Amino acid sequence: MNTACGAQAFNCIPVHLSEIPVLSLALFREHVVRRVAENGRLVSLFGSPCGSGVRLYAVLGTADSGGFTVLAADPGDRYPALTPDCAQASWFEREIAEQWGIRPDGHPWLKPLRFHRSWRAGHDAWGRGPGEPIEPSVTEFYRVEGEEVHEVAVGPVHAGIIEPGHFRFQCHGENVMHLEISLGYQHRGIERRLTGEPSPRIMHYLEALAGDTSIGHGLAYCQGMEALTRTPVSFRAEEIRGIALELERLANHAGDLGALSGDVGYLPTASFCGRLRGDLLNITALACGNRFGRGWLRPGGVAWDLTPDLLGQMLDRLDRTSRDLNGALELLFNSPSVMARFEETGALTPALCQELGLVGVAARACNVGRDVRFERPAGIYRFVSIPLTTWPTGDVFARAQVRRGEIRQSTHFIRQRLEELSEGSACTAPARRPVADSLVISLVEGWRGEICHAIITGADGRIARYKVVDPSFHNWMGLALALRGQQISDFPLCNKSFNLSYCGFDL
Amino acid sequence: MIGALLARLSQGYRTLKYPEETPPLSGRYRGLPQFDGTRCPADCTVCSGACPTGAITRSEGKTRLDLGTCLFCGQCAAACPEHALTFSREHRMAVRQRDGLVLDGAGPFPHAAALEPGLRRLLGRSLRLREVSAGGCNACEADTNVLSTISYDLARFGIQFVASPRHADGLLVTGPVTRNMETALMKTYEAIPEPNVVIAAGACAISGGMFSGHDEVVRGVGELLPVDLFVPGCPPHPLTILDGLLRLIGRVR
Ligand code: SF4
Repeated sequence: MNTACGAQAFNCIPVHLSEIPVLSLALFREHVVRRVAENGRLVSLFGSPCGSGVRLYAVLGTADSGGFTVLAADPGDRYPALTPDCAQASWFEREIAEQWGIRPDGHPWLKPLRFHRSWRAGHDAWGRGPGEPIEPSVTEFYRVEGEEVHEVAVGPVHAGIIEPGHFRFQCHGENVMHLEISLGYQHRGIERRLTGEPSPRIMHYLEALAGDTSIGHGLAYCQGMEALTRTPVSFRAEEIRGIALELERLANHAGDLGALSGDVGYLPTASFCGRLRGDLLNITALACGNRFGRGWLRPGGVAWDLTPDLLGQMLDRLDRTSRDLNGALELLFNSPSVMARFEETGALTPALCQELGLVGVAARACNVGRDVRFERPAGIYRFVSIPLTTWPTGDVFARAQVRRGEIRQSTHFIRQRLEELSEGSACTAPARRPVADSLVISLVEGWRGEICHAIITGADGRIARYKVVDPSFHNWMGLALALRGQQISDFPLCNKSFNLSYCGFDL
Repeated sequence: MIGALLARLSQGYRTLKYPEETPPLSGRYRGLPQFDGTRCPADCTVCSGACPTGAITRSEGKTRLDLGTCLFCGQCAAACPEHALTFSREHRMAVRQRDGLVLDGAGPFPHAAALEPGLRRLLGRSLRLREVSAGGCNACEADTNVLSTISYDLARFGIQFVASPRHADGLLVTGPVTRNMETALMKTYEAIPEPNVVIAAGACAISGGMFSGHDEVVRGVGELLPVDLFVPGCPPHPLTILDGLLRLIGRVR
């Protein structure tokens, strides 16, 4: 690999900022576009304050290296957009425009992403004044016009108990020609409060960044800070964190399969899984007192160790729950009427998956072997591997099938760890300040997919920039495209099969 | 079909006998906090210093803990050198008045009372709620959703979550109410016919929770609407929400 054009980085290994080459915009653009086209992927692209301006960082995942390439460039207040030549950059560039007021010239669809004010006073990519109101989804939408073409608008408030988002369908009869997804309703302003003077709320922010992924985002933060403060973590603590992360996956996958079942009107599995999901959350509660794992992890290890008595109880509950879960899933996958609804619904091709840079379950359901635990492991996954689950058809069925496979793998992993948990301390207090002027990329394979936290420290060791990319950020576009050519009545089913996070996206 | 019946048989009957029986909660569950002020040295502020949301205040030797902003993280109890503060296993914490959530260590806990008799007559034996997530992180939402599963079977109490605000008797709000959800929340509220009961579930909806002070959010639904029931927690345990709902309709006293 040509390191002259980028710094090599690995999951949870800090890189000094001076090692990251600052390229001319033309070269930066050329490298990003070329590497993504050559089977690479844009893991993150973000702006970070630098002097009086903003520096762009691109984190590229290359398929074969197990690491990343990091490049930088200084765009000034505008620069030629990457999006026309690199579709994966589209939402990243909209985000950069919204956060920093930097205009990517030539971006084909430059709209706000979350509908908030620019973080740099006096810089607004759309030239809006400080007093001008900013309302969510008050913007232009893609429209198809013609006879019998109609538009269906759904949300922000949806029928069930779910988070808000706005969906616009362009339909011809029942068929969807295009779906545009407009988010930002859940924007709570977390990201910019992760920087500067360390907030006592920081761990809580990350655990609530996407409340169904408290462990995933919490772990990404812990790993990143441990790397920056060079805090060793015991093997036991790493194992317990693995248990926590896989339990989160189990609970959510079980819930998702139940929801998919309910959406096609197959009620036995829907009811069973509703209960089983709760039982799995209760195993987490057994360990740390909270069903979502709040407060379980902390930088340096875990706040709640597992006693022999607890290990036994957890094992026992896991065995009983997984027996019932297997039964419930067998029923689902053996029902031809259910399979007929899952198959060929909302299908994506591997090529499209590659072009969009999808991650997690959605990518593995397109036969793309993308999994942080496998490709770029950190923590316990460096020592214990979990086999990769893929399926080739890219449809709702494939996304269900991947979840089912992962339920099996995660259950096996948790059982093994509970049975063989090593001795050691549960937590080491971070002794040092974070290393100064460095960047660390912390990746975790959350239950939805790749969670990326990029943390940059300043000269004083404080966090100067904290960039979060929830897997949903990559995958919302996948859902939009999966709907093309489908019946609009299949939207709920397709949506559940992705089950993306609104607040994880909106931050 | 036979398969489905056999599976049903092996899964068994799973609905909890609540409120007659409370299922065992995790030994590490953090419920209603209790403190013994007599143990606190007059000028000690360790607990308030440990709290990420400012839920605990110490002044003139007195401790006040606001359950409406508390995340139940337990950092205060872990920090307290005198072991004056502990978290009980009590999950019943819903109240009707906001200041009922402020504990000062004296007096019994003001558990929520039922809606006024006139209102209850109007509602009959049913309560239909429209849920709006306004910046909720999907934990409060998940633990509200779970009430409709077979484990809790909310419908057996005549309580139901409905899709249309026109079919609802009230609103259950989760999340700190982001600025970007303010309009949608108010429109939903206005679409609900009287009596329009409002329930704030979770620290965020009650006070903004960990997001209080962010200019991206309003400090909870109470800033915009009159609230009839406050359910503390981050997120509240499903049983805490259920207890609050059952008290509101007079099913539990
Ligand atoms: S448990 Fe509540 S009062 Fe105690 S530190 Fe946490 S948020 Fe503050």
